[in-house]
Amino acid sequence: MQHDDIAKKYSQSMENVLLILHELQKNNSQNYLTEEDLIWAANYLNVTYSQIYGLTTYYTLFSLKPRGRHIIRVCRSPVCQMIGSGRIFDQIKRILNVNIGETTPDGMFTLEPTECIGQCDRAPCLSVDDSIYGGVKPSGIEDIFKIYKKIE
Amino acid sequence: MIAECRIATKNVGLINPESIDDYLASGGYEALKKALQQTPEEIVFAIAKSGLRGRGGAGFSSGMKIKFTSEATCQLLECMRFIVCNADEGEPGTFKDRIIMEGNPHLYIEGMIIAAYAVSAEKGYIYIRGEYTKSIEMTRMALAQARARGFLGSDILKSGYSLDIELKIGAGSYLCGEELTLLESLEGKRGYPRIKPPYPAEKGLFGLPTLINNVETLAHIPAIITHGVDWYTHLGSKKSPGTKIFTLSGDVALPGYVEVEMGVTLRELIDQFGGGVSSGKKFKAALLGGAAGTFVPESYLDVRMDYDTLKAKDAVLGSGAVIVMATDKSILEMLNSILRFFQHESCGKCVPCRVGTQQLLILLEQIIAARRDRKNAFSEILRHSEIMAKTSLCPLGQSPILAIKSALAHFSHELFFEMR
Repeated sequence: MQHDDIAKKYSQSMENVLLILHELQKNNSQNYLTEEDLIWAANYLNVTYSQIYGLTTYYTLFSLKPRGRHIIRVCRSPVCQMIGSGRIFDQIKRILNVNIGETTPDGMFTLEPTECIGQCDRAPCLSVDDSIYGGVKPSGIEDIFKIYKKIE
Repeated sequence: MIAECRIATKNVGLINPESIDDYLASGGYEALKKALQQTPEEIVFAIAKSGLRGRGGAGFSSGMKIKFTSEATCQLLECMRFIVCNADEGEPGTFKDRIIMEGNPHLYIEGMIIAAYAVSAEKGYIYIRGEYTKSIEMTRMALAQARARGFLGSDILKSGYSLDIELKIGAGSYLCGEELTLLESLEGKRGYPRIKPPYPAEKGLFGLPTLINNVETLAHIPAIITHGVDWYTHLGSKKSPGTKIFTLSGDVALPGYVEVEMGVTLRELIDQFGGGVSSGKKFKAALLGGAAGTFVPESYLDVRMDYDTLKAKDAVLGSGAVIVMATDKSILEMLNSILRFFQHESCGKCVPCRVGTQQLLILLEQIIAARRDRKNAFSEILRHSEIMAKTSLCPLGQSPILAIKSALAHFSHELFFEMR
């Protein structure tokens, strides 16, 4: 979706700002908000650049740095941690050879931590983009990643 | 044997959440029709008399909230009021609202329309956290269907009452689940809490009177209207009438959710619905209410779970999260996880919380690294959390004390002397 399409969809009101930022980020193949996006949003909503920038640094779902095409989020909140999300992090780091916050060299995956995503009955859990995987075992992680490699 | 009693989770798993016809066939929107034949005052009175309490965690009287909002004096020429549904569920161990939104979204939307009518709100907002993609999808679909069938929009069911509800999406902030912070976020700002009073009933969204309720709370309203106040007050306990969804996680054989009458015991929840503690393990503790909750030991297994009974025993019901820990789990590690969570989610607006959550974590990490005398460090942790509870702006900074104090009250031996 281009900027014009976003303008058609959302009125010029700050109550739409999070929806607009979500939309801008989704349109970017590297899953982040560019400087140009922020300037456009500030102009469109008639607020200062710093106001928009301030929002993107507060809300954790937004990124100002390029990320992978798929975002892996592993829950590290109390329940998942108790059941073993640490082992999940370790396994992903090993398989993808990245640390938390890093992107694989091929630009495919970014590994991020997340706080509770409400899947505590299926702990430990992780999400890849909008898909949620519960009851994850370290041995099952490669199979999850294969789904995304296959799509590409 | 205690039986399930489904009000807020009614028909979840039984009907197709994507079909308004399924919902209508199960008696859906009948409560709205009934409500629109009554005056808004009668609805306010019914909800107040039902004794319904907010299911988001604080347990404040929903009747009072709705009464205050309906009575709020208008400050502008045009008397505009808002209704907001808090669907920003983020408390660790809690997924009750997700179950409703994914499984029967029309139910809470119907409750929201009735509540909006009671306070004469013209505009409504549902604020769902960005991570809940399925809940967002189901709610968006349900809103469109309700609009198409005339349950939303202008002149609803020819009653003369008009309301539209807009869906807004959060972007990753636990704190936005706090009602005043949520309103800030809805206005397009960073999620910083407001000083209260004024409460939302008086000065809420865009400075106008606003009724803000949790998903589960709203999902109770259709049943109260349909079956009447007497029916509702006979459920649950005297001061906490009705039912509650409990979400079981951790070391139970069958993690999941269950809706039962208030006053159920922890033992009943774990043994009857959770299938007991995970095979071969023994119960050690439960963390009730999530990160902003309290640890309880074995001696609490037969305590009635309702707002006041638990409060009298220095525990909380909170959101209904029940995180079970077996004897192989460490209270110290759990506490570490909780304090790291708060440190990450503190918004930084007020000093006691911003600095305090960091200090608590540093102190606990020193204990874990065996660099501090434990008793001494824990008394410092307790003191910090007490100061935070007294001086922080919002519930986030006021919450760490709950887990800290309850852990020290029931598990001091482990915290002071055991290795892990």
